[in-house]
Amino acid sequence: MFSICADPATIEGLPWLLCYLTTGKHILFYTSFGVVLLLMLITAPAALAFGFGGAMAARSHFLPLSLIGKAYTAMVRGVPDIIFFLFVPIALDQGFEYLRHKVKCPDWDQPIWQGNDFVVCAEAKLPLSSSPQWIHESYGFTLAVLAFAVVFGAFAANVIYGAMQAVPRAQMETAEAYGMSHRQSFWRILVPQMWVYALPGLSNLWMILIKATPLLFLLGVRDIVYWARELGGSKTSHFDYPHPDWRVWYFVGLLVFYLLMTKLSEMVLGRLTARLSHGQATFAGEMQRKAAR
Amino acid sequence: MSCAQTIADYGLRSIGIGERLLPKGDMTLCEHATLIGSGLIWNLYYGALALFFGFFLANAIAVAKASPNPWAKKPAEWFVFIFRGSPLFIQFFLAYETFVLLPRAGIDIPLGFMTITVATSWLSKAWAGALIVLFLNTAAYSGEIFYGALRSVPKGDIEAADAYGMSGWSRFRRVIWPTMMRLAWPAYTNEAIFLFHATTLVYFSGFPAFQQKGDALYYATYFASKTFNPFVAYPVIAAYFILLTLAIIGLFGAVNRHLNRHLPKERRSRIRLRPQIIR
Repeated sequence: MFSICADPATIEGLPWLLCYLTTGKHILFYTSFGVVLLLMLITAPAALAFGFGGAMAARSHFLPLSLIGKAYTAMVRGVPDIIFFLFVPIALDQGFEYLRHKVKCPDWDQPIWQGNDFVVCAEAKLPLSSSPQWIHESYGFTLAVLAFAVVFGAFAANVIYGAMQAVPRAQMETAEAYGMSHRQSFWRILVPQMWVYALPGLSNLWMILIKATPLLFLLGVRDIVYWARELGGSKTSHFDYPHPDWRVWYFVGLLVFYLLMTKLSEMVLGRLTARLSHGQATFAGEMQRKAAR
Repeated sequence: MSCAQTIADYGLRSIGIGERLLPKGDMTLCEHATLIGSGLIWNLYYGALALFFGFFLANAIAVAKASPNPWAKKPAEWFVFIFRGSPLFIQFFLAYETFVLLPRAGIDIPLGFMTITVATSWLSKAWAGALIVLFLNTAAYSGEIFYGALRSVPKGDIEAADAYGMSGWSRFRRVIWPTMMRLAWPAYTNEAIFLFHATTLVYFSGFPAFQQKGDALYYATYFASKTFNPFVAYPVIAAYFILLTLAIIGLFGAVNRHLNRHLPKERRSRIRLRPQIIR
């Protein structure tokens, strides 16, 4: 990157470190922090949408729908989330390929499950074996995002369902007394008021989401854990920048990154809570009212 | 091969008793259930021991965090922040890399009249290293739960203890601590459940499985990668964990009833499962 870095063997000390930290692979390492942030920013709204749908389904008066919603909210309670992170991407991948296989190769006569293999025709492969590397990588990332959205959607559905129940019954009764329909009272009365009840649970969920991002590594995405292991491992003199096993230092760096993220989120969410409690008939709102007087 | 034969061969495979090679050819439901169930031994081992030792440290942390003395308060706060603020996954990696860096031959501690050599190689093995991480991690999470409960002990209880002339240790032991346990228990049950769930991370972080002796999830992914069929192995392990969760709820519910036995029925705290703690 810099001109002095042309021959790394001749430099040492601070310039060596500077050159070492700006190699191409290190730039990839720094961009992978962006991948993690991108995952969080995509997953959070997606999970919220899944959760809202799950909570609405669980509240539905139509029995099969409410059973599906309840099963979805209950699935994360008894089973470790990591099992879902391993299961959902493979299941989705096979599901997509199976559907494409049915559509694109209708006259395929061999079974799809051949002993210990999952075989679909070449045109149904996702992504196509002829497609460039970046499509493979973004397909893997998309599957990871979907897995995160499904699992965190189930967590969010729990929170939102509880928040919907927590809105005072009198509010809904007033809406009915005004002659609002079921749909109207849901969208105009229940949904605007539930956020303050959902916020503690949702901010908890955001913290959990931050801490779940290293699991991307297990899904085969080249995330910060992957690069920390890759770059930190001891390098022999065949490499431009030989060094002993430095993985500890890379992981200390990751630890600090996550601690900072946690601290920052705590501060932002604390402000948001204070803002949303303003004028609400809750304990926090009452405290604000008294303090202002 | 009959299922009884499979159970005899693989029932204790995860702790090194029985067949050496993992099944290669036919992988029926029986192989799945046996081997994954065998791996569950490790999940129970990590969860139970970490929870047991963590309980004592958590109490100490809660008391230290509530103490007015900054020399006790600050370290406790930092301990809780570091272990709750970072992913368990990273903690496992960091611990493993640290333990690996320790000199293989052991550390010499000179005591003047003699020298003690402390062996260190066992620390980089999963059974010890991962257990230490889980122990510290659960101590931080439960310490925070106990701290919250300690702060919500009713003022009247403490005043009553003062009126009886209790102070210091006897007041803590007889009045504050039982109430703290009672208030914390529903949340602590949750923590126990999610600690057992977190034990599945052990063999996916830095710690390697020695001679393919892994936990339940280790074998489940083995099957899933060999058969390329996730629809058998993962439901099997999910079923095992639902059973484990129900067992924990039963066990902790019994303790909860014991802690609440003096209260009228409507004031008893009930255990509600809140899926809010993963690491």
